[in-house]
Amino acid sequence: MITSIHVTLAQVAATLVLVAIAAAVSYWQKAGLEGDIAVAVARSFIQLSAIGYVIKLIFVVVLLAAMVTFGAFTANSRAKKVPNAFWPLFIALALAATVTVSLVVALGIFDATPRFLVPVGGMVIGNSMTAAAVALNRLGDEVESGARQIEATLALGATSTEAAAPIVRKSLRSGMITLIDSTKTTGVVFFPGTMVGSLLAGASPTDAVRLQLILLWVLLGSVALAGLVAISLAYRNFFTPAHQLREPPEP
Amino acid sequence: MLFELDGVTLSRGGKVVLDGVGANLPEGASCLAGPSGSGKSTVLRLLNRLADPEAGVVRYQGADVRDRDPLELRCEVGLVPQLPALVEGTVADNIRFAASMRDLKPEVGRLLELAGLDSSYAERDAAKLSVGEQQRAMFARALALEPKVLLLDEPTSALDGAARDTVESALKDMRERLGISTVLVTHDLDQARRMADWVVRLEAGHAVAEGPVAEELPA
Repeated sequence: MITSIHVTLAQVAATLVLVAIAAAVSYWQKAGLEGDIAVAVARSFIQLSAIGYVIKLIFVVVLLAAMVTFGAFTANSRAKKVPNAFWPLFIALALAATVTVSLVVALGIFDATPRFLVPVGGMVIGNSMTAAAVALNRLGDEVESGARQIEATLALGATSTEAAAPIVRKSLRSGMITLIDSTKTTGVVFFPGTMVGSLLAGASPTDAVRLQLILLWVLLGSVALAGLVAISLAYRNFFTPAHQLREPPEP
Repeated sequence: MLFELDGVTLSRGGKVVLDGVGANLPEGASCLAGPSGSGKSTVLRLLNRLADPEAGVVRYQGADVRDRDPLELRCEVGLVPQLPALVEGTVADNIRFAASMRDLKPEVGRLLELAGLDSSYAERDAAKLSVGEQQRAMFARALALEPKVLLLDEPTSALDGAARDTVESALKDMRERLGISTVLVTHDLDQARRMADWVVRLEAGHAVAEGPVAEELPA
């Protein structure tokens, strides 16, 4: 049974011999189809090549979108005290995945193929999900325990953004601190999996280290972005448009 | 009339906290008096739009408060909550923070003096003050907004007798010197007699009486 097919461009080109025979028959029989055959060959090559890339891209996009959706649902279940947290989380994870995956492709670090995009995207979404969930969980706790402080600040004529600023900062720190600490201790306390895996697979230590650095920094950026976006969108759900706390402190 | 409440209803967690409250609060020294759970603090929060009623209208100087920008209204009608809630930093940081809401440059020493604190408190860590000192720092912070009205939610409930007398004295002095109106929430009818000229009595979410303190709360 054929389990996979690998076709080289030379093999594809070789089949043009049959097309040449068809064109020759047309010419011999004066059928006048040589031009149409040439156009058909050119168009089929261009169109099928394009659809091949589209299929690859759609596969990656669909898979990453599924990861983002699942990640947002999972993080949402950890942020029960934050009203309507799903969409802030979905937008945060989608943005983090899009920006970081686009960046590594644009810089030529990885090819735009599922082999690279799916695992890198998965790492980015997974770490962003954890950080955003921790940050929003902390945000919910801080708003609950700090409701008096928030309302006292609102009572001074502060906007909801100004009143929430201290807890937004604390929550963002909570979301990022784990990854920052593991990044700080990389190579001393903590040997990350990508580097170990690359070394075991026979990569040179230099290449393994460089790949690991790229992934660490990409993750750091994506986690910061996801945490910032999730919190910046989610904290607004605690307030009305008139800068009132939806759940004021107990009297 | 400074504030008018007309048929004001508000629920919380499925429980009716205010039920068709109608009340008037004139300029000067007013108070909302009643037992715990009567809805006094909730009325105070409606006066500067920290909450909006589900039904009825709250008017400030004749206009529905919902027609006012809530941020401007809160600067004009300052509220000092029951428990001190100062931001991190010194007392002066807190006063400057409040003043920044209206782009004002506060005279920290003068505001502290108005609130019954000397100027040495300016650079003290707000978190390390006693509750009574924090409450007076809250007054100074609220005054930094140069409000026309000050809403005071049980300002002495967490204080002992001596600290309560100091805060009451500072409040009276502040009101006389600045000529601002105050609305005090209290469960202590003696305090209402000492601190207000007009009283609205609340019970179980209803306004049951209002009028001059001398008539409504005879000694």
